[in-house]
Amino acid sequence: MRFFVRRGIFYVVTAWAAVTINFIIPRLMPGDPVKAIMAKSQGRLDSSAEAAIRTLFGLDEQKSIWQQYLDYWNLLLHGNLGVSFTYYPTPVAEMIRQTLPWTVGLVGVATVIAFVVGTLLGTGIGWRRGTWADSLLPISTFFSAVPYFWLGLVVIAIFSVNLGWFPSSGAYDRSMVPAFTPEFIGSVLYYGTLPALTIVVSSIAGWILGMRNMMVTVSSEDYVTVAQAKGLSERAVVFGYAARNAILPQISSFALSLGFIVGGTLIMEMVFSYPGIGFLLYNATTNHDYTLMQGCFLVITLSVLVANIVADFVYAALDPRTRQEG
Amino acid sequence: MAVETSVLTDTEDVATDATAPVAGKRKLLFLRNGKAITGLAILGFFAVLAVVGEWIAPYDPSAVSPDILQPPSGAHWFGTTHLGQDILSQVLVGTRGVLVVGLVAGVLATVIGVLIGVTAGFVGGAGDETLSALSNIFLVIPQLPLIILIAGQLPSAGGLTVAAVIAVTGWAWGARVLRAQTLSLRKRDFVEAARANGERTWRIVLAEILPNLTAIIAAGFVGTVTFAVLSQITLAFIGVTSVSEWNWGTILFWAQGNLALQRGAWWWFVPAGLCIALLGMALTLINFGIDEFVNPRLRSTGLHARTLRKRGIRPRIGFTPVVHEAKEDRS
Repeated sequence: MRFFVRRGIFYVVTAWAAVTINFIIPRLMPGDPVKAIMAKSQGRLDSSAEAAIRTLFGLDEQKSIWQQYLDYWNLLLHGNLGVSFTYYPTPVAEMIRQTLPWTVGLVGVATVIAFVVGTLLGTGIGWRRGTWADSLLPISTFFSAVPYFWLGLVVIAIFSVNLGWFPSSGAYDRSMVPAFTPEFIGSVLYYGTLPALTIVVSSIAGWILGMRNMMVTVSSEDYVTVAQAKGLSERAVVFGYAARNAILPQISSFALSLGFIVGGTLIMEMVFSYPGIGFLLYNATTNHDYTLMQGCFLVITLSVLVANIVADFVYAALDPRTRQEG
Repeated sequence: MAVETSVLTDTEDVATDATAPVAGKRKLLFLRNGKAITGLAILGFFAVLAVVGEWIAPYDPSAVSPDILQPPSGAHWFGTTHLGQDILSQVLVGTRGVLVVGLVAGVLATVIGVLIGVTAGFVGGAGDETLSALSNIFLVIPQLPLIILIAGQLPSAGGLTVAAVIAVTGWAWGARVLRAQTLSLRKRDFVEAARANGERTWRIVLAEILPNLTAIIAAGFVGTVTFAVLSQITLAFIGVTSVSEWNWGTILFWAQGNLALQRGAWWWFVPAGLCIALLGMALTLINFGIDEFVNPRLRSTGLHARTLRKRGIRPRIGFTPVVHEAKEDRS
């Protein structure tokens, strides 16, 4: 139980830190963005919107910074992330709500596939070292060194521009109405294949390598030797003894590298014009839509936190030592 | 970990020439690693390009010419853009920006990481709790969106600003690893001995702890440089940073913005991407070299599996590579 309490406190602190960073950053920036925005909007924003923007941005000169901070929390707790400048007066929360499912679907599925396949491959390579399997390592190194978005560009050039097998942008056929019909789901899968495949190919190398190295380390442990000496089948030794212990660092590194992976995959959405939160962040950045940018950042961070919590539960389920304490 | 390394160094000494001093052997050991040499060679190639790139570039990278969107030819080795700019020159001139930002960000982040990680590991107690919580928070918060958020709000984001932003957000991994290692070093006999001798704290840290962390600091540095290069190129690609400074990401930014893909102008984005991949691979290879240098199990299993297999032994389990290697070498 102590494990969960500790982790719980950590997540609360991290969430608080993310919100506070989000609060501080615009206040550290030089210049007055609100004036620039009001000038740019040419009267489309009324004065009440200006007040809300000022609170979100912390450019309210009359109030103390502490009061601004409390106001900011108040807005957030009411689910108010402000109003988008570019698509005024659409609330940021509404825009994010529309895009988040796409991201969670694409990035979630692709990351889980990459983790599972990569860990299995790593188990195999680590166990059968010194065979042809070792030659997979340099190839996967190459793919991990390539930036995600560049691989996306190449994949688009080959499979959609030259071969015409897959569409190069979007999440579903524009002529369809989103609904839970077989045709629509088929279209989503068809449009999602290329981005998901690219994410899997570029993120799998890390899992293969991590698992391979852990397998190499674990397989010289005594308990693996004993398992082998007992005459257990090779399958039982690999999965029941070696891989089972080697996977623990994989899961904690899954939690830690998730932020990095999510960052990379968000760029992928930009390349594929996939209507997820990464593409929204990209549009917000190019349009200098600051409230939208901040909303996106906050939601991305909180989603990563949730994924981390899930990884913690998995870890606790796999490693009895975390449950024994206290 | 330090113990294993020393055991291995001994066996290597037996294996090769026992007369040379151990320190020299250690360096040689790292350089004998094929992966590390390949990585260093590629990195050196790019470093040379970064210095001389502007002089050997055949054209001005921004100069407009009538050769619009030409595929690679004798006059333009990497082809031209929609404005007739020479892509080879852009790649050559852009190398410096990429390497400088990577290096500056790597150095800054490593300094922050060492300061926080070693302090946390050495001090212990409440200070340790606070500092490791801080680095864990920075690890969990997705870095790239954070960098985009900061860089996107800055009025002008030039190369060095980006390097600073990357360093401020990317130090946590190094700090975490360093803390763990410092924690295990803190109670070792030689540190206790130094303390018993009445050495000052800063001297213990500088002379006893830090030298034992060199490999880890180096690995962290290389990792941060890789991350910094990728982030900077990504930022340039999505147009967050200044697009007037040439780097490989800027080339890709213009290529994407001018529909190079749809026009089939593969030469526009392939060279820059391959350069990124090569540089990234070089850095990863160097890191493998350091990894295998630090963790002897990885090294000997990789090296000796093949020779074992030739003799009909299947390398699976139950052998301790270090000892095994020593026996083999003596016989």
